[in-house]
Amino acid sequence: MSIEVRHLVKSFGNFTALRDVSLTVPAGQLLALLGPSGSGKTTLLRVIAGLETPDSGTVLFDGDDATRRSARDRRVGFVFQHYALFRHMTVFENVAFGLRVRPRRERPSEAEIRRRVHELLELVQLEYLGDRYPSQLSGGQRQRVALARALAVEPRVLLLDEPFGALDARVRQELRRWLRRLHEQIQVTSIFVTHDQEEALELADRVVVMNEGRIEQDGTPETVVEHPATPFVMTFIGTVNVFHGRVQNGKAHLGPLAIDYPEHPSDEARQAVGYARPHELELSRFDVGEGLWATVRHVRPAGALVRIELEDPDGGPIHVELGRDRYEQLRIANGERVYVRPSNLRLFAAG
Amino acid sequence: MTVAARPLPATRSREQRRLTEPPIVRWTLIAVAIGFLTLFLAIPLVAVFVEAFANGFGAYVSAIVEPDALAALRLTLLTAAIAVPANLLFGLCAGWAIARFQFRGKQLLISLIDLPFAVSPVISGLIFVLIAGRQGLIGPWLSEHGIRIVFDVPGVVLASVFVSLPFIAREVIPIMEAGGADEEEAARLLGAGGLQTFFRVTLPNIKWGVFYGVILCTARVIGEFGAVSVVSGRIRGLTNTLPLHVEILYNEYRFQAAFAVASILTCLALVTLIVKTVAERHLR
Repeated sequence: MSIEVRHLVKSFGNFTALRDVSLTVPAGQLLALLGPSGSGKTTLLRVIAGLETPDSGTVLFDGDDATRRSARDRRVGFVFQHYALFRHMTVFENVAFGLRVRPRRERPSEAEIRRRVHELLELVQLEYLGDRYPSQLSGGQRQRVALARALAVEPRVLLLDEPFGALDARVRQELRRWLRRLHEQIQVTSIFVTHDQEEALELADRVVVMNEGRIEQDGTPETVVEHPATPFVMTFIGTVNVFHGRVQNGKAHLGPLAIDYPEHPSDEARQAVGYARPHELELSRFDVGEGLWATVRHVRPAGALVRIELEDPDGGPIHVELGRDRYEQLRIANGERVYVRPSNLRLFAAG
Repeated sequence: MTVAARPLPATRSREQRRLTEPPIVRWTLIAVAIGFLTLFLAIPLVAVFVEAFANGFGAYVSAIVEPDALAALRLTLLTAAIAVPANLLFGLCAGWAIARFQFRGKQLLISLIDLPFAVSPVISGLIFVLIAGRQGLIGPWLSEHGIRIVFDVPGVVLASVFVSLPFIAREVIPIMEAGGADEEEAARLLGAGGLQTFFRVTLPNIKWGVFYGVILCTARVIGEFGAVSVVSGRIRGLTNTLPLHVEILYNEYRFQAAFAVASILTCLALVTLIVKTVAERHLR
């Protein structure tokens, strides 16, 4: 089922969580809402689920207005950040809950409920844990029970709030791959919220980056990484080096760096910020004309790459990633002076 | 409000033992605590039963089966049977409202719930007399319509409801706040209605807290003296509760009978204490 939200606005007291958010999610897509805490991503998820009522705007499921429909009637599967499993019920009863609370006419028989629950527990590979209570499970197991419980009502949409946030790194990796496979298997439209860029980029078909209640960028993981639309996305996703300066007469001046910037031909000077990823910086031992120098502070080999931390003349850090070959050519050591030149620099001039 | 302390882990390595106070301090503190308890709790408790049986078992039984004593017991139980469910309903509603909704005047509501703790019970009783008594605010209107509140059973019940009002709400609010609304939201999203959510999800999570509150509330209602003594008028066989009956007997120098009736209250208190301990264990 497709989901569409139009012009959503939601505030809590003085805090505005959503400022005019519009988004369309086609059926079967796996979408990540990525952003720092307070960016409104969880609120957006809760509005779609019907747990919050927007101040204005509409939520459409398959083109039908669902804004006023209660959470109960939306047939949305929701996985809470801390799973919200029913503490006093066994795993089996947790998964069976959605079937047991149906009105008598629609309620499946006890045998049918058993069959369905076992099927779901098998799907999440927990069929042997049906008699346990949530407190007896590990984090990863709880997370899968929460997922099975959400799927029991055959939801038309699956919403996950920080699904891996409370798990340790190794389990997170495993579950991520597993969730990806599960999504391919069941093909239900899914939205998950995360503040972890790696998670969003690895898992999702499409990434929506949010900040301060607005959508900053909406695109494939590749677009978001390779072509950040705003300075926020640039700094939020991945490590980035920031160079402050100004633009004037079609040129950008960032410290000693001078770069062509035809987008701003006027002679009126404007503040500008340049961003370069660690792998987009080149190092040399000699000044090749642009003259940004820095001191080597720390060298960390990381497989095929070498991560180098530099300190610019003002004491600010510069992160560089070099291929091992290039590093061995350069043979630089801590305390030495090197010259830095960006091979690629994204410039954002102040509006 | 009492909060059961979490038991300390039982591992007591040598280092830990060395960290505690020297034996003399330890034993002095323990002796003071036990001495104090003996003096102020154990001795009076034993005294109640000793005095109650001072004239033999027959006298004990006859003091209890005396019509006025039985009437007092009946009224006490009736009062509890009304006041506790009323406060249970109120406590659950207030607890739900405070833990789950944001609304104007929430802080005021929380403070108001504590009011009966802050006001002296005698004053609480007096309030009812001032409102519903013959010279009271709505007294004339009530007597015109033939409704008797003060110096009658309704007054006793109302005063009891008032003084025991905070107990259940006070227990329910923190448990519901700590539990959060996640499970209820999950239940709603899975298609459960309001009542289904309450009985299948909310209540199982708060049941021991509710139970604990009910026990405390019952104990308070049964033992309440001050507020009830002001509104009841102490009409023997009609508006006397057990604590009032004990006082009347005592004032008439019928010490053995007074203690016999008091022993019923003491037994109720002991049962309450045992049930409370069990509830506390499940609660934490």
